[in-house]
Amino acid sequence: MEIDRVDGRTPNQLRPLACSRGVLYRAHGSASWTQGDTKVLAAVYGPKAGTKKNENPEKACIEVIWKPKTGQSGKLEREYEMILKRTLQSICILTLNPNTTTSVIVQVVNDDGSLLPCAINAACAALVDAGAPLKHLAVAICCCLAESGYVILDPSKLEEQNMKAFAYLVFPNALTTLPEGGLRVGGEPMEHGIITSVTQGAMSVDDYLHSLERGRAATAKMSAFLQKSLQPLLSDD
Amino acid sequence: MGLPDGSGDLLSEMDGDAFRRLFPLQFYESHFVKSTRPDGRSLTEARETSSALGAVASADGSALVKIGSTTMLAAIKMEVMTPPTESPDEGCIAIDFHMPPICSPTVRPGRPADAAPVVSKQLSDTILSSGLINLKELSLISGKAAWMAYLDIYCLDADGALFDAALLSAVAAFSHLQIPVVSMNDEGKVVVMSEEQGGKEAVNNGKRKLTLSSIPFSLTCILHKKYILADPTAEEESIMETLVTVVLDSSGQLVSLYKPGGPVLAYTSAIQDCVALTRQRARELQAILDEAISGMEVD
Repeated sequence: MEIDRVDGRTPNQLRPLACSRGVLYRAHGSASWTQGDTKVLAAVYGPKAGTKKNENPEKACIEVIWKPKTGQSGKLEREYEMILKRTLQSICILTLNPNTTTSVIVQVVNDDGSLLPCAINAACAALVDAGAPLKHLAVAICCCLAESGYVILDPSKLEEQNMKAFAYLVFPNALTTLPEGGLRVGGEPMEHGIITSVTQGAMSVDDYLHSLERGRAATAKMSAFLQKSLQPLLSDD
Repeated sequence: MGLPDGSGDLLSEMDGDAFRRLFPLQFYESHFVKSTRPDGRSLTEARETSSALGAVASADGSALVKIGSTTMLAAIKMEVMTPPTESPDEGCIAIDFHMPPICSPTVRPGRPADAAPVVSKQLSDTILSSGLINLKELSLISGKAAWMAYLDIYCLDADGALFDAALLSAVAAFSHLQIPVVSMNDEGKVVVMSEEQGGKEAVNNGKRKLTLSSIPFSLTCILHKKYILADPTAEEESIMETLVTVVLDSSGQLVSLYKPGGPVLAYTSAIQDCVALTRQRARELQAILDEAISGMEVD
C-alpha cells in the first residue's frame, strides 16, 4: 500500500541532510545539523573541572542544556535533556577524564518534525568536533507509523501530527567498517542494538519491530553521510 | 575501583554490607549468576503491588498504590471550564507529577528533582496516547461547558520504578473517579451541585464513572550484560543505568517503548523478552486493579 507524502518523497526517503562543523568560534566544538527544514545547533564546552553534586566523581559527567526556539523551558525540554544526556553518556568514554563535566548546549533553530533525532545527530557531530573521546558514533532517526501499518521515515511536523504513532530511534555506528562477522552479540551485529528508543502513540509490537528494521536500514545512509562530513577532521589524525 | 581479583580476595574477609557498599556491581553480579537478587526475588519477578482506592476523601477520584516500597498517591479534582473553540466537544486532562522532599534523601526542598518533569511528561504522553479516556465523555454542553480533570500524583517514597507506580496510581484513580453532578445556576453558568440544591435540574444524570478503554500497564526493566531484571529498586537503578520501560494496553498494543540511552544496547531479543515480561505483568496488574475496584463497590 503506497502512501502519498505531501512533499512527494518515497516512504524510505530522508530529507536533504546538511552538517557543518566548527560553526561557533568560542565553543570547543560545535556543529549544526539540518534535516529538510529542521535545524539544530549544538555546542560543546569542556571538559571542565569538577562534577555536580549528585554525580559520580569517578567518571566524567555530561551536562545538557536544551534551548527551545521560542518560549520558556518546560517539561518537554527537561525530558529531551535527560534523553540526550543518557544517550551521550553511552557513547562517550567516561573513564578517561574523571571528575570533569562536559557541557553540551543544544539550540533549536527550526522545528519541522523529527526534532530529537536531529538534535542527537548534531550533539554527536559537535562532540567529534570538540575531540571528545567516543566509543562509537550515534545515528538517530524518526520512524512514523501510518494507520495502514506503513512505515515512513523522517517525517515533517505535519506528518508527525497526523500519523498514528512515531518512534525516535538511535543506533550506534562504528566509524571504521568492521569485517563481516566481527563484533556480533548473540547473532546480531553491534549496529543492530538500539541505544535509545522513544515512542509515542499506540502501535502493535510487530509494527514496532518492523520500524526498527526500517530505521536500521536507513541509518546506513545517514552514517555514510556522517562519515563523509566528519572526514576532514579524521584525516588530521 | 577495586580490581575483580582484589574484590574476590576481600569478599572472604569483608562483611556483607561493606562489600555491598564498596563493590556494588560485583555484589549484584554474584547474585545474578544464581538467578536471584539480594532481596530474594528472581530476576523476572516484580515486587509486591497493592492499591487502595479512595485514599483522599476530598478528591473526586483518588488512589494510593505501592509497588514494593515505592508509594504513589494520585488524586483527581474536576472543574468546569469552557472548552477551546478547536474542540468544543472535548474536555481536558492536566497531569502533574510531584516529588516532594519526603520521597528521597536526594530531593532537597526548593529544588525540583531531576526525574519529576520527565516522569510527568512521560505520564501525560502515555495516558493521552493510549486512549484511556475518551475526552468526549468529559463534555457537558457542547461549546459552553466541559470538565477539566486535574490529576496530581505525589511520590511519597521513591524506591525505583517510579513511572510504573505512577501510571498504576493514575489508572486506579481514574477507575475510582465519580463525576460530580452539575446544574445550571441563575446566571446561566454550570456549577457543581451540592447536596442541598436537590430541587434544581441536573445537567448530567447523577454521579457517573468514566468508561476506561484500553488500560495501559507498564513494566520497567534493567538491561545488564545478558541479564534482564524486572521492576528494579532505586539501588539497582543507580548501579546499572540501562532502563527500558514498556507500556502495553489491555489489547496487547505497544503504547510506549522508552529506552533513554544507557550503556547497554538493546537487541531485538532483549526487546521481545521485555515485552513478554510486560505482558505477564499486565495480567497481574489487571487482576490487582479488578480486586481493588470490586472491593470498593461492595462498600
